Amino acid sequence: MDGPGGRDRRELLKACTGLLTGVVILGSPLATLARNRVWAVYLGTFSTSQANTLTSMLRTILPHDRLDDLAYAQVIQALDERARTDAEFATKLMAGLELLGDAFSNQSEPERVNILKKIESSEFFRTVRQKGVEVLYSTAAAYSYFGYEGEAFSKGGYLHRGFNDLHWLPEVPAEDSGPLPGGG
Amino acid sequence: MTSIPLNDERAVAIIGSGAGGGTLAHELTRRGISVVLLEAGKRQSTETFSQVPGEAFQQLTWLDTRTQSGDWGVARDFPNLPVWHCKTLGGTTVHWTASAPRLQPWELRAKTTYGNVMGSSLIDWPLAYEELEKYYQLAEARLRVTRRNGVPGLPASNNFKVMYAGAKKLGYKQVHTGHLAINSRAYDGRGFCIQQGFCVQGCKMGAKWSTLYTEIPKAQATGKLDLRLEATACRIEHGKDGRANAVVYRDRQGFEQRQYARIVCVAGNAIETARLLLLSESSQFPNGLGNSSGQVGRNYCHQITGFVWGIFDKPIYSWRGATLAGVVEDEAVNNLSRGFVGGYRMELVTLDLPTFPLVGLPYGWGRDFTSVIENYRNLSGMFINGEDLPRSQNRITLSPQVKDSLGLPVAHVHVEEHTNDQALRTHAQGQMRRMFEAVGANRVVEGPTPPATHNLCTARMSRGPEDGVTNQWGQSHEVKNLFISDGSALSTPGCANPTLTIVALALRQAEFIAGEMKAGNI
Repeated sequence: MDGPGGRDRRELLKACTGLLTGVVILGSPLATLARNRVWAVYLGTFSTSQANTLTSMLRTILPHDRLDDLAYAQVIQALDERARTDAEFATKLMAGLELLGDAFSNQSEPERVNILKKIESSEFFRTVRQKGVEVLYSTAAAYSYFGYEGEAFSKGGYLHRGFNDLHWLPEVPAEDSGPLPGGG
Repeated sequence: MTSIPLNDERAVAIIGSGAGGGTLAHELTRRGISVVLLEAGKRQSTETFSQVPGEAFQQLTWLDTRTQSGDWGVARDFPNLPVWHCKTLGGTTVHWTASAPRLQPWELRAKTTYGNVMGSSLIDWPLAYEELEKYYQLAEARLRVTRRNGVPGLPASNNFKVMYAGAKKLGYKQVHTGHLAINSRAYDGRGFCIQQGFCVQGCKMGAKWSTLYTEIPKAQATGKLDLRLEATACRIEHGKDGRANAVVYRDRQGFEQRQYARIVCVAGNAIETARLLLLSESSQFPNGLGNSSGQVGRNYCHQITGFVWGIFDKPIYSWRGATLAGVVEDEAVNNLSRGFVGGYRMELVTLDLPTFPLVGLPYGWGRDFTSVIENYRNLSGMFINGEDLPRSQNRITLSPQVKDSLGLPVAHVHVEEHTNDQALRTHAQGQMRRMFEAVGANRVVEGPTPPATHNLCTARMSRGPEDGVTNQWGQSHEVKNLFISDGSALSTPGCANPTLTIVALALRQAEFIAGEMKAGNI
């Protein structure tokens, strides 16, 4: 991820096969996390149109409508990185994308689902799904979108930050629970 | 740093530093016995544990290839990862969730209690509960288990409040925040639980008992322990007299080394323990060391496990808090009216966001799939921990095709579920569903059986060699100075999470080994 612009960008573009760009939606929780609202993912294997097909595919397999495009772009970045060093992997993905064709992105969601159902047991589909699940839910955008707070050691755990703040069910009697540490 | 020469034939060699091996190393060294401890992994610490779930998985997990076959769900959902245990100093005690219940007396008499169950290879343990009880007490004190010896329980989390209310609506009585080897108060130089929820990534407070920062440093402090990291055992050798006399291993640089030893104790987790014995074949032991009766690797048990997720219309934030701090114990009984033998526990569970769709819901796609994850903050989780039946054909063998980086055949895991296993799982899933629905869940989703973390019984204790590998001390029936010191030695799994039992058996075994050494018997 880089902010676009400047000489670094021109150097990058020379070696780059495709480009995904976007703007983090203002007012989204991610906007406060991102260094720049504008983001770009430079690709070394996929063309821009292949990357767009992959985005459509991922948004069909793992649809979260209001999850920022950046999270999906990070999956494509991970696929692209692997494809750069693993020729067999790259060939498999290229063949799958060839089969889907550029038109895939223009189909309606039910049509895209029908197309993917036919190939859901293929290695291509399973590879994209697996990488999607591995990367998508590990992104800062996903943490923010799902309200997941992540590691807590650096903040003193959840002991005083809501681990027991549920009040719509009865409290557990002392004999089946335990006292808070420190407080006696 | 204590250094024991490779040709020192007086030392005890222990392979593996987890609950069994790490505890045994401490118990022998504090009795003045010299120990060489071989650990395949590296050393991490409370400072180095990664808090990025994917990184922590890479940091701690035994990632060497295993192959598998059979009809259990793991073969379908996790074809490349049949089992999930650790390769790091402290072994699987680094990532365990610290549930430390005891087996019950009748579980040690499984064959007598359940009768002849067709298609199983049940046996009774060669020791009675009464002989183990003292060591359970010692283990509970050592691990500072909550709700034992006056140690307070952990406080109830949001996730547990859901479990508790549901369980009470169904009339369950034995419901509490668990018998956990997690400090509810600071103890022994280790901190107390601050409800981080990152138990599986390694407890950065050191509140969770792990041999990494308890037994192993204490063993080192005796001056009797030679700890060798990144030392991968490849073969156990024996002399003409049929006694084990050396462990051949690869060191950090990949060079082959041979550590001579008076006694060899294997504690590499049930998969690698069985594999190592099978790799140690010779003209005298053509089927593997101590395996003349062909029992090594058989009767592999993994306990019946599985997730059930309840989705509510309000937030639970289940990730806040100790992962497994809650249990319903009422079903940990043998009650044939349920349609199966053996019992199960229902335990609280949560998974961090990156791990949830990988392990807690590893199948499906599209709107139906993501509709569960969309509700991540409104999810509550429960986990089955039930007894599975031993079967002779469920076993660890050496892969005929696949070899590891050292050129040695990898372990192959084969599991065919017994209909009893399936009936137990279905019953447990049904009860969890009822519990969630009783407190207003909108939807209940059954998750998979995850890669097995409770790997057991592949060198089980038995009265004789015809149906097991070791006697009641974990001592090989055939090779008197070869011991099994991990979960492989359990005769049957029962429905208790196994670590406390492994520690109790290691404490008992250490006493036996020290006595036998003194008497000159081994």
